[in-house]
Amino acid sequence: MKIRSCLSAILLFLFFSASSSEQNVRTERISGSAGDVLEDNPVGKLKVFVYELPSKYNKKLLQKDPRCLTHMFAAEIFMHRFLLSSPVRTRNPDEADWFYTPIYPTCDLTPTGLPLPFKSPRMMRSAIQLISSNWPYWNRTEGADHFFVVPHDFGACFHYQEEKAIERGILPLLQRATLVQTFGQRNHVCLDEGSITIPPFAPPQKMQAHFIPPDIPRSIFVYFRGLFYDVNNDPEGGYYARGARAAVWENFKNNPLFDISTDHPTTYYEDMQRAIFCLCPLGWAPWSPRLVEAVVFGCIPVIIADDIVLPFADAIPWEEIGVFVAEKDVPELDTILTSIPTEVILRKQRLLANPSMKRAMLFPQPAQPGDAFHQILNGLARKLPHDKSIYLKAGEKELNWTAGPVGDLKPW
Amino acid sequence: MKLSVFRLSYWNRRGNSFRSSPSLDPTFDGKSPSSVFWFVIHGLCCLISLILGFRFSHLVLFFLFSTSVTNLYTTPFLSAGNGGVSQLLRLKPLETATNSTVKKNSRVVVGRHGIRIRPWPHPNPIEVLRAHQLLVRVQKEQKSMYGVRSPKTVIVVTPTYVRTFQALHLTGVMHSLMLVPYDLVWIVVEAGGITNETASFIAKSGLKTIHLGFDQKMPNTWEDRHKLKTKMRLHALRIVREKKLDGIVMFADDSNMHNELSSVLKKEEGKRKEKPSMPIQGPSCNSSEKLVGWHIFNTQPYAKKTAVYIDEKAAVMPIKMEWSGFVLNSRLLWKESVDEKPAWIKDLSLLDDNDEIDSPLSLVKDPSMLEPLGSCGRRVLLWWLRVEARADSKFPPGWIIKSPLEITVPSKRTPWPDSSSELPAAIKEAKSDTKPRGSNSKSSKGKQEPKAFNGVKVSTTS
Repeated sequence: MKIRSCLSAILLFLFFSASSSEQNVRTERISGSAGDVLEDNPVGKLKVFVYELPSKYNKKLLQKDPRCLTHMFAAEIFMHRFLLSSPVRTRNPDEADWFYTPIYPTCDLTPTGLPLPFKSPRMMRSAIQLISSNWPYWNRTEGADHFFVVPHDFGACFHYQEEKAIERGILPLLQRATLVQTFGQRNHVCLDEGSITIPPFAPPQKMQAHFIPPDIPRSIFVYFRGLFYDVNNDPEGGYYARGARAAVWENFKNNPLFDISTDHPTTYYEDMQRAIFCLCPLGWAPWSPRLVEAVVFGCIPVIIADDIVLPFADAIPWEEIGVFVAEKDVPELDTILTSIPTEVILRKQRLLANPSMKRAMLFPQPAQPGDAFHQILNGLARKLPHDKSIYLKAGEKELNWTAGPVGDLKPW
Repeated sequence: MKLSVFRLSYWNRRGNSFRSSPSLDPTFDGKSPSSVFWFVIHGLCCLISLILGFRFSHLVLFFLFSTSVTNLYTTPFLSAGNGGVSQLLRLKPLETATNSTVKKNSRVVVGRHGIRIRPWPHPNPIEVLRAHQLLVRVQKEQKSMYGVRSPKTVIVVTPTYVRTFQALHLTGVMHSLMLVPYDLVWIVVEAGGITNETASFIAKSGLKTIHLGFDQKMPNTWEDRHKLKTKMRLHALRIVREKKLDGIVMFADDSNMHNELSSVLKKEEGKRKEKPSMPIQGPSCNSSEKLVGWHIFNTQPYAKKTAVYIDEKAAVMPIKMEWSGFVLNSRLLWKESVDEKPAWIKDLSLLDDNDEIDSPLSLVKDPSMLEPLGSCGRRVLLWWLRVEARADSKFPPGWIIKSPLEITVPSKRTPWPDSSSELPAAIKEAKSDTKPRGSNSKSSKGKQEPKAFNGVKVSTTS
């Protein structure tokens, strides 16, 4: 009996010591409250009810154009699919904390594959009219416990041109709802305070097919591929990217440390894995899939976009992972990058090597723990419990159903 | 972002040249005096720009209305555009759209911004140096995280002999070895004794070398040659044993080309041998990557047509198993106590020179102890090139011709300055005597009419 208990004690000890064996690769955990949040499991913390909308809002649009599944706004479609089969979904709306409307406002594509936002406000309005008349939950709170996925350029402002988007502002009917969007810029009209910023969709299988062995030495200092001047829409420069991309080109096109060009190489992903810094400057809107690609491939993102709000900013400590450069400092970019201490760079690379960071940026099919879907749910769970003040008394109305440009009021 | 294309086709931004913020020009309905005024100015600027050839409006408005424009460098004026009212100076903060909640103005402004260019475009050399130091440090960190844990010394055995193009081939091997990022010991065994040429050549590599001489000269038949090379390799292995060199032993001939050298070295950990594959020789494995046999080239169909002498034109048959395909741990060769060495290896000192040793397999008593590396030989490749020449080929030592030669022949086409401009017919026959020196050419070539052969003037007086 004594021997048996001794043996079991020894076995237990061995088990625990074996399980805490050192990792093969030294990655750093993002310590502190921010980093651990990435691995939270939202199941059990919230319940989401998915409205049943007629298929003209979702399935028919997808059938008309299946390209919606592969462009960078595909997050709205995949979020719908994820929620339909997720354990957080509930079929009883009375116990739901959040309500989701499965509508794909960005699925109206031109022949070249770019989304047209002109009908989206009307589509959204018609959907909200539907849910407010068929279910009582919208009127209960005027949408304060509803969330919508609006991944387009300027979110719920539904326009691709910044001035027009600012003029329109966020759709009046969505004023109280939570918006899950890719756009994020501080003190901007199109970013509501309670919004959740998500990364743009980047195809995970395509990226994973291009991994190279990690021992191939990183020999490129700064890497960038993309437009510097948008000659079709802004021939003189100065509008596109607020002149920042053009400044990068004019200042560093002859600098051997900067591997920048407008090429479209087939080895784009492989080259990113051979670079230390990857530039992620703003374009027409401040966000870009380059950020996702840089994080997945372990290249330190250099973010050149003033006042940008990065995805999952409350869960991921972007200051510690990336380098932020103000647009006015672009001519000194090489000085800034070479003056970063070596230890800081190595630490950033170790943080980037952490697989939980890469998982949080991706929308894999099927969903995996720790991925972007779960981060969205975590973000929603962090906003619970709802404040009692969102529940309106009977007859009280806050939203103005006739606000906005006249064209929006037409039925869809 | 690639939204540019559709913007052009579906929304003509250019048509909307009066891009203005709400604060400046709210509406366009009706001919208000301000709009007329701007229209007139616009037309005037257009005309002036047409005449002058650059955007006049830029300049005027810049000087008239510049507010807090600091430190702004713009690109040189581009081609004459429509002298529209420039938005260059729109640096006032943008008023937000109608919104019931009070919002702070964003300090990021929409509109045209200048493109900032610094006056001295060249990179600072100190910064470039620092960037390179960063790269080195990052790569070192990568190697320590993902590379070989404890790299062993590599011992490379190369049999060679002095011949015409020895320098060429040995350079190839030498440079491959110089690129190996691990410690290296290069054992060069030379047939015909140690010569100064080879010694000076090897010394240039900067590697740790052991230069051994072997007394026999390299014979001229392929068969004898292989046998001698084997003996030379065994001689080198005996030296490894005497000096107790620790590491991994590889065989690299100067007629070889290696790929994936470093991955072979990375995988080598235990006391095993491996066989990378050539297209016709290599290990064959079963599905669990275990060695089950060898692919050997079938020499039967070629029995009549093989080359016997070195410079024959026929095909050269490879020996059954190339030495270069094997890698072994040097500890196997040591003269250690019996219980430390595995039982499946023969003792080197017991091998007699007369024994038929044609491949490293003969050193091993139990061939099943071999482990195939490089995913069963698929990833690591070794190419054997037919580059050997006769040992008695003539060439100037070190390829330096110090004294003028006895026979000089003028070139056919270009008249050289110190020779007669016409080419006497008698000289054409003299050409046939001068074979191009030190090449692998066949002796029959000299008798042919040298049509395409511009006789080379081989004097070095210049």
